[in-house]
Amino acid sequence: MHPFIPSLAFIVIALGVSWPLSRWLFRAVVPPAGIGRFDKVLATLLGKSALTSGSWKRYFIQLVGFNAVMFAVTWAIMSNQQHLPLNPDGQGPVDTSLVFNTTVSFVTNTNLQHYSGESTYSYLTQLTLMFLQFTSAATGIAAFFALARGLAGKKDMGGFPRDLARIVVLFLIPLAAIFSAGYILSGIPMTLEGAASVTTLEGLTQTIARGPVSAFLAIKQLGTNGGGFFGPNSTHPLEGAGIISNFLSLLAIPIIPMACVWVFGRIVGRPKHALVIAAVMSAFIVLKIAVATTGETSPTAAFANLPVAESPNLEGKELRFGATTGPLWSVLTTSTSNGSVGAMHNSLNPLTLLAPFSGMWLNSTFGGVGVGFINFFLFMIIAIFIAGLMVGRTPEYLGKKIEAREMALAAAAFIIHPLLILGGTALFAATSMGADTVANAGPRGFSEILYEFSSAAANNGSGLEGLGDGTTAWNIATGIVMLLGRYLPIVIPLAIAGSLALKPQVAESSGTLRTDTATFGLVTFAVILFLGALTFLPVALLGPILEHLMVPI
Amino acid sequence: MSIIRLFFLCVLAIGFLYFPALLVFAKIAAPEKSLGSIVNGPDGKPVGSRLVAQAFISPGYFHPRPSAVDYNGQGAAGSNLSPTNPALAERAAAIAKSYDASAGNPISADLVTASGSGLDPDITLAAALYQIPRVGNARGITSEQLRSVIDTVKRPLMGKLGGPELVNVLELNLALDRISR
Repeated sequence: MHPFIPSLAFIVIALGVSWPLSRWLFRAVVPPAGIGRFDKVLATLLGKSALTSGSWKRYFIQLVGFNAVMFAVTWAIMSNQQHLPLNPDGQGPVDTSLVFNTTVSFVTNTNLQHYSGESTYSYLTQLTLMFLQFTSAATGIAAFFALARGLAGKKDMGGFPRDLARIVVLFLIPLAAIFSAGYILSGIPMTLEGAASVTTLEGLTQTIARGPVSAFLAIKQLGTNGGGFFGPNSTHPLEGAGIISNFLSLLAIPIIPMACVWVFGRIVGRPKHALVIAAVMSAFIVLKIAVATTGETSPTAAFANLPVAESPNLEGKELRFGATTGPLWSVLTTSTSNGSVGAMHNSLNPLTLLAPFSGMWLNSTFGGVGVGFINFFLFMIIAIFIAGLMVGRTPEYLGKKIEAREMALAAAAFIIHPLLILGGTALFAATSMGADTVANAGPRGFSEILYEFSSAAANNGSGLEGLGDGTTAWNIATGIVMLLGRYLPIVIPLAIAGSLALKPQVAESSGTLRTDTATFGLVTFAVILFLGALTFLPVALLGPILEHLMVPI
Repeated sequence: MSIIRLFFLCVLAIGFLYFPALLVFAKIAAPEKSLGSIVNGPDGKPVGSRLVAQAFISPGYFHPRPSAVDYNGQGAAGSNLSPTNPALAERAAAIAKSYDASAGNPISADLVTASGSGLDPDITLAAALYQIPRVGNARGITSEQLRSVIDTVKRPLMGKLGGPELVNVLELNLALDRISR
C-alpha cells in the first residue's frame, strides 16, 4: 500500500481526537462559572492580583516577565550542572554559547539542539529542559487565548498568570501523564539510574545511555517542543521503542494545535469559521504528505547501479516504524513547529525536503501550540485585505474594520519570518561561518544552512543534522533568530487584536466577506500559497530542487 | 511578585508531582522496560538491550544494519549522508561486495543503509535469510536449522495486525547460541 493512504487515515484520526481535546482545553482555561475552584487555590498561592485581567500590553509584559524567569533559572542550572545533583554519568561543564543557545531554544519552544543530550547534559539539566517544555508550550497557548479574547471583541484580554497556571496544571500535566504512562508501558525507559554497562555476546563492552525519558517524551511531543532526550531524537530506540510508542508520538504532535482551532471557534462564537480554518490547514497538510510520501517511496538514487534490492529510501530510517512514519512524521513535525524527528531529515530524498521546508516557511498550517493559530491569523488578515482591495470595500474581520494601522502591523509581522530566514542563510552561506560547517557538498549543503535558519525562525527545532552547528557563530546567530522569531510574532498580533477590540462592531451586510464560507477558505489558501511561493521559491530552487536535478536517473 | 510565585507553582507541579509520580508508576508497571529492556545472557549477566543494536562482527553471528557511530550506546547518530553524497554509494558497494551480491541475488537494502540512530535493533526477514550461508558455514549447521531459528524470532511489524516481518538481531543470536556454540 502506498504510504499516502495510511497517512491520510492518520490525519482523520488526529482531527477526531482533537475535538474532545479542545473541549477539555477550553474548560481548563475558561471555567463554566467564570471563577472556578482552582482559581481560589490560585488566589491563595499567587495572591489576588494573579486573577485580575487587563489589556494586551499588561498580558504581554507578564508573559515576557515569566519567560525571563524561566531563562535565568535555566541558565543558572545548566552552567553549573557539574556541581549539582542528579548527574550519575558525570557530565561536565558546558560552553557558554551553547548554554545561551540551548536556554533560548527551550524557552522559545523551539528545541533546536546543538548538542547530544546523552553526552552533554545531566539528568537535572534535562529535567529543567522538560520543565521548559511545559511552560513554553503553556506560554504559547496562553498568548493564543489572549488573542482569541481580543478578536471576540473583549477589551479585557485576560490575565497571564491565571491562564498559564490553569493550562499547565489542569491541561498539560494530566494529558502528558496519560501519554507518559503509555510510553512507559510500550518500552520507553523512565529511571534515574545512570547508563547501563553490558558485555556483548562478542565480548565487547557497550554502554547504553538511558534516563527519565518517558516523562520528557510526552511533553516534548504534546507541546510542539520536539527536543530529544537523546541526540538522534525519536529515531533512538529508547525514545521510539516500536510501533505503539511511534503511534503515540505521531498522535501527540498535532492534536493540541488542531484543538486550538476548535477552541478559537468556541471563544469567538463562530464554529463554522473554525471549520473553514481547519479545512485550509488540513489541505496544506495533505498536500505536503503527498509530496513527502511520493518522495520517500522513490528508491535511493545512490544505489541505482548496485546489486541492492529495490526498496524505499532506508538511509536514516528505523525499520520498526514502518515505511509510513518517515515521510508522515517529517510533515507533521514541521507543520506544527514540533521539530522532533522519526527519521533523519538529512538523508531524505531531495524532493521530499520540500515538505518539511514549506511546513516551516508557512509555519501556520496548525503550527506550534497556540502560536500556529496566531500566525494563521496574520495570513487571514492579509487575505481579507487583498480580497477587500479586489472588491473595493473596507475589509472587516469578525465585525471589526481592518484599517491602515492593523495592516501596517500585519505586514511588518509577515516580513519578519522570511527576513530572518533568508538574511541568516545569505550571511552564513556566503561566509566561512556556514560554508565550513556543512556535512554534504553542493545544494544539500546549502539546504543544511537554509534549514537551520528556517527551523530557528519557525521555532521548530529539527535540523539537517550533520551540520557542524556547535560553533559560537551558529549558537549566537540562531539564538537571536529564535528570540526574534518567537516574541515578535506574538506581540504584533496581540497588538492588532487589542486594536480591533477597541473598534465598534459593524453590522454584517451583503457586501461583507463572510468568514465561514468556502470562498473565504479558498482565498486564504491561495494567499498563503502565493505569498509563501513568492518568498521562498528562489531558495527552494537553489536547495532541494537543484539537488534533485543533479541526481542521475 | 505573582510571576515568581507562578514559577514556583509550576516547579512544584511539574518537578514534585508529575515527575516523581511517573517514576513510581514506571517502577511498578514496567520495572524491566523502564530500565532500558536489558537482556541477560545464559550466565545471567546483562548482554545488551533488546531495543538497542550491538556490534556483531564474527561470521558466526547474524549482523545488524550498519551504524554511523559503531553502535555507540552513549552517542547515537545517523550518517546524515544525503542521497547525492558519493559516500553513500561507496559504503553500499563495499558491503554488497563483502556479501558477493550480484544483480541476480541483490542484497537487502537495510543491510547497506545506516539507521537514524545507528542503533536499529532489527533487520528485515530478507536480510536475515541473506546471511544464512555465511552463518551456516561458520557454525557448520544447515540452512534448515538456521531458518527455523529465524522463524522463532521473527515477528510482524504491527504485531497481530500484521505487516512486514522483522528480526531482532540480539534475540536471534541468543537463540542461535542456544542451539550451537
